[in-house]
Amino acid sequence: MKRNACLIPLYVWTAVFVLFPLAIVVYFAFTRDTGNGVALSFESFTRLSDPMYLGVILKSFKIAIISTLICIFVGYPVAYILARSKSKMKLVIVILMLLPMWMNFLLRTYSWLSILENTGLVNTLLAAVGLPKIRFLYNEGAVILGTVYNYLPFMIMPIYITLLKLDESHLEAAADLGANPVQAFLRVTLPFSVPGILSGVSMVFVPSVTTFVISQLMGGGKVPLIGDVIEQQYRVVNDWHFGSALSVVIMVIVLVFMYFINRGDVESNNGNGGRLLR
Amino acid sequence: MGEHILELSGIYKTFDGMDVLNGIDLYIEKNEFLTLLGPSGCGKTTLLRIIGGFLTPTEGDIFYKGKRINDVPPHKRNINTVFQRYALFPKMTVGENIAFGPNIKKWDKKKIDRDVDEMLELVSLRGFRDRDVTTLSGGQQQRVAVARALINKPDILLLDEPLGALDLKLRKEMQIELKRIQQESGITFAYVTHDQEEALTMSDTIVVMNGGRIQQIGTPQDIYNEPKNAFVADFIGDSNILCATMVRDLEVSFLGRSFECIDRGFGENTPVDVVLRPEDVVLNPVCEGSPCGEVVSSIFKGVHYEMRIDVEGETIIAQSTINCPPGSRVSISVLPENIQVMHKSEMSPDRRIKACDKVNLEA
Repeated sequence: MKRNACLIPLYVWTAVFVLFPLAIVVYFAFTRDTGNGVALSFESFTRLSDPMYLGVILKSFKIAIISTLICIFVGYPVAYILARSKSKMKLVIVILMLLPMWMNFLLRTYSWLSILENTGLVNTLLAAVGLPKIRFLYNEGAVILGTVYNYLPFMIMPIYITLLKLDESHLEAAADLGANPVQAFLRVTLPFSVPGILSGVSMVFVPSVTTFVISQLMGGGKVPLIGDVIEQQYRVVNDWHFGSALSVVIMVIVLVFMYFINRGDVESNNGNGGRLLR
Repeated sequence: MGEHILELSGIYKTFDGMDVLNGIDLYIEKNEFLTLLGPSGCGKTTLLRIIGGFLTPTEGDIFYKGKRINDVPPHKRNINTVFQRYALFPKMTVGENIAFGPNIKKWDKKKIDRDVDEMLELVSLRGFRDRDVTTLSGGQQQRVAVARALINKPDILLLDEPLGALDLKLRKEMQIELKRIQQESGITFAYVTHDQEEALTMSDTIVVMNGGRIQQIGTPQDIYNEPKNAFVADFIGDSNILCATMVRDLEVSFLGRSFECIDRGFGENTPVDVVLRPEDVVLNPVCEGSPCGEVVSSIFKGVHYEMRIDVEGETIIAQSTINCPPGSRVSISVLPENIQVMHKSEMSPDRRIKACDKVNLEA
């Protein structure tokens, strides 16, 4: 009884700040202004079949998937080297990596603009040595760059923490049984770090799907993502019903996605990640 | 017996300026059960890791079947290890763990299948093939670790205190089990332990180590009955180590009396150490001729009583099936062949002083 009483603030918090707003979003998604009041309607969802919106959704997922994959391929080696390193500089490097995260998100993205824009740092340098300027910004690549830059630490950290827990003796056992370093990595280290990769993926993928700041700044509005469309519905078009419907659809897709990731996470955790055996 | 499968010559190992191994010369014969025995920090595990290839010696050479293998990495040595904490791969089943080595070496699938079953049979884990290793008990994990190493048919199996994490009863069972596996498989075992009883039970050859040096190499009987110095005598079993003087051949004096013994060649009036095993000390309720003392304590140990007897200020431990109650006076005698005379140990002088100053030493 006492324990349940302690949980009351949590229930209140969840109800007021999570369930209630969510209910409002769902309410707007399934209703429509009829001129003289509000009525139940699926109109917002039927509008979604418009190829334009489907295209935007697909592009959002495409950019999020590409960004997440890049984060894995860049982040994993960094996490691996850091975790295996015995250097005294290790902590300093980890802090340096996290440092940009303590700066404002917008500020970080704006600084990329000033580096890459036509009159920016790189192009000024290129011009100075007589090379033609390159158009970096306002395309998909720029959006992906912004996403990867902003979310990479969220991939590195969980992988790094998982790899720290890897028992050296497992690698010795693999070597002892005839595995060369590559085989030992593929058969022991990589499977061991799957939970880290999965939590990295969920921490990078979800915010990448719904981002709108990065696509607006780095894409200059030329690469509208689903986050931009939703923002527009609320702030420009003032169609809260359609904006809510879009949010609900994205939320459902992300939930399904997260379900599969978490299932993989649970499965690989059934092996206990080596914790029981140590 | 005979073929030296592995030879270590002049092995030194230094960690951060600390000498861990100080000139180890040792060979391992084919098919023997060799035990490296010593207290923690004596360098036995370091030596085992050098044989396994996980460490390279600072100085000295390792020869495997006559070939120098200092620079051969672990995965290229035909030596397998059972690690102290087993190091089983947590995300694999028992069968997958055992098949790890053969899979790496790309054996024929059918052969792997057959051999895994054979190994499970050998370590008495039939029917455990698809079990998750995390659900196994300590003893079962230990068997899996042995099977995972043995399936590779190594020339030498290294075992690093493999029974350390098990309870006493299981440990005794596993000692017999390991000895049986060693005899059935005919594989050379190099075993590390700090448990002298374990070493005496299982080994063909015991290497007693201390301070990074080998103190004595011999059969369990040699080591127990004829310890070469005070350290070995002290480490193996309960013993009374006394300062003595070798009066002449066949006569040694300690506890203020002269005793007949069977040792020769120590010279005349040479200071020596003698070891008396508690079970060899014969107590006689009548005092005549031999040194007398007073029983200080008597503890019932099951098969025998263990008594401490104060003789001329030294405490002698004796074991007997007949109880002499504390306070009673007894005389002590020892058969000549049970007096083990040793040179003053070649160990450090303070250690030597300790061995003589300490009235009795217990393992």
